[in-house]
Amino acid sequence: MQQAKIDKITLIRELQKTMERKSSRKRKIDKLVTVLAIAGVCLAIIPLGSILFEVIKNGASAISIEFLIERPGALASGKGGIAPAIQGTLITVGLGSIIAAPIGVLAGIYLSEFAGTGPFPHAVRFFNDVLTGLPSIVLGIVGYIVVVLSLGSFSVWAGAFALSIIMIPIVVRVTEESLKVVPNSIREAGYSLGISKWKITIFITLKSALSGVLTGIVLGISRIAGETAPLIMTILGTSLFFTSFNEPVDALPLRIWRLASQPYESAHSQGWGAALILILIVMSFSIALRLLAMRRGYKVSSVM
Amino acid sequence: MERRKNLSQLLLGKKRRLDKTFYLLVLSAAGYTLLMLALIAYAVGDGSIEIFSFEGLNFFTNTDWNAVYGREAFGALPYIIGTLITSAIAMAIGVPISLGIAIFLSDIGPSRLTRPLSFVIELLAAVPSVIYGLWALFVFRFWVIDLIERPLYNAFGGYIPLFAKTPFGLDVFTAGIVLAIMIIPIISSISRELLRAVPETQREAAYSLGATRWETLRVAVFPYVKSGLFGASFLGLGRAVGETILVTMVIGNAVGINAIPTSLFSQSQTLSSVIANEFNEAASSLHLSALIALGAVLLILTMVINIGGQLLVSRMVKVSPGVRE
Repeated sequence: MQQAKIDKITLIRELQKTMERKSSRKRKIDKLVTVLAIAGVCLAIIPLGSILFEVIKNGASAISIEFLIERPGALASGKGGIAPAIQGTLITVGLGSIIAAPIGVLAGIYLSEFAGTGPFPHAVRFFNDVLTGLPSIVLGIVGYIVVVLSLGSFSVWAGAFALSIIMIPIVVRVTEESLKVVPNSIREAGYSLGISKWKITIFITLKSALSGVLTGIVLGISRIAGETAPLIMTILGTSLFFTSFNEPVDALPLRIWRLASQPYESAHSQGWGAALILILIVMSFSIALRLLAMRRGYKVSSVM
Repeated sequence: MERRKNLSQLLLGKKRRLDKTFYLLVLSAAGYTLLMLALIAYAVGDGSIEIFSFEGLNFFTNTDWNAVYGREAFGALPYIIGTLITSAIAMAIGVPISLGIAIFLSDIGPSRLTRPLSFVIELLAAVPSVIYGLWALFVFRFWVIDLIERPLYNAFGGYIPLFAKTPFGLDVFTAGIVLAIMIIPIISSISRELLRAVPETQREAAYSLGATRWETLRVAVFPYVKSGLFGASFLGLGRAVGETILVTMVIGNAVGINAIPTSLFSQSQTLSSVIANEFNEAASSLHLSALIALGAVLLILTMVINIGGQLLVSRMVKVSPGVRE
């Protein structure tokens, strides 16, 4: 009798002990996972910190007035600047977004305001997503075959065309999503006044979603401004200033790539300088994007 | 009365016509995206006909790459292997880190920390890949040599072929790591959205049964979003496979049979880096066609990966509405 009671007590104690042990093991695993997650965060931040640090440190020493306004100097001389590249990036990206923004916004309007659930809008949405994921170098090849071969020369047109294919799906997606969150009552108010649909769409729906749509456009621009691969076989790169849309032109990412491949210290330093200018351009877009998104209270991810 | 009726008819008619014009305008813009895809398929397909009539299906299995006139041989196999290996390294490193970040952002970190952190991660996505390349070429490469490659080589280089070959820093391993850094923002931000889309009640139920945070994630959260997380990784893989300029700068650019990596520290090339390196210097139309055909292979590869990923992620989002508020 007594013996059985003691047995029971020891049994319960044993059980408690194992449970405690188990839960302390549980807690240890939990801690480990937390630590690993934090380690992951740190591992991602270190490269970003290092990239920004190196670009600013090495870039700042390369930048001068001469660097910003002059043509590249003789090979390995370390002289001259990257002005044609800055100019070329602005022109090519500008033309690309002039092509892509209207088409993207209109297609987004179609998907949000006009398309039902039929197979065609479904296909547009699906292939638009497919287009988003295509490697940019393939679009460069398409720009080469479609524009360069038919015009007979590497040109701004070809580069802008290739870049526009990258930008359109981004604009379509964001436009559709920001139009969809416009409350229906606003549209209905327009209908009740007898306003035609296109006017409602442009002056009421689009207007109230404007900051969202602009966000999409800025996102697209910041994305194509940093593209290198599709420019190789479309605008080619040159050390001359822009002369015509039918001629080759330079661009910052191309210039950085070419400078980095040269075996000269002075070229590398210029490459860092060009990288600083490029990162300033792209980052200023990113920050503009944030501000636009904050104003509207949108959640917009620059990862698409 | 009569006049007014006419007037309203006139106005209405005009209205209808403008509406119709506007509809056609937006419809054709939507059609433009489909047209672009068709154009891409046509251009790349048409451009690669020449090489396929020259090499046939051997194009996929040959390992020679020679553009010299009279001795032409173009085989894509080394570059397909190079692409798969660099992407595999990138996934092996990038996916666990991305999941860790996503868990931290959705479940562990306090919101005053996660908000700026999400911004920082997105900034990482905004850095142009040529700048990653520049940094990898002049800075990161030496970290890789000193901290990882040389110790591994000294310890195992003698008897494990994976680590044989004197490390030089410009190799598949470095390319894989930098690709991993590039795809982390993509995978982690989609995964974070997915984890956040899991209803809070799922977690509360697990917590109420005494589960720790990790057990909650494992039992109540992950099963709910598993296929979505796979999809997110696929989308990251799609990016890694197609990335060009960064890989071109750090992979060492070996050609032909030499581009088949024998160890982690081998030079190689990917489909896209060959195109970037040789397109403007193509020696003949056959050479050009071979490069375009590499583009076709790349196109099909990324399309399959991305469509798979898209389907997995979008199914998730449909299951749990409210991901995008």
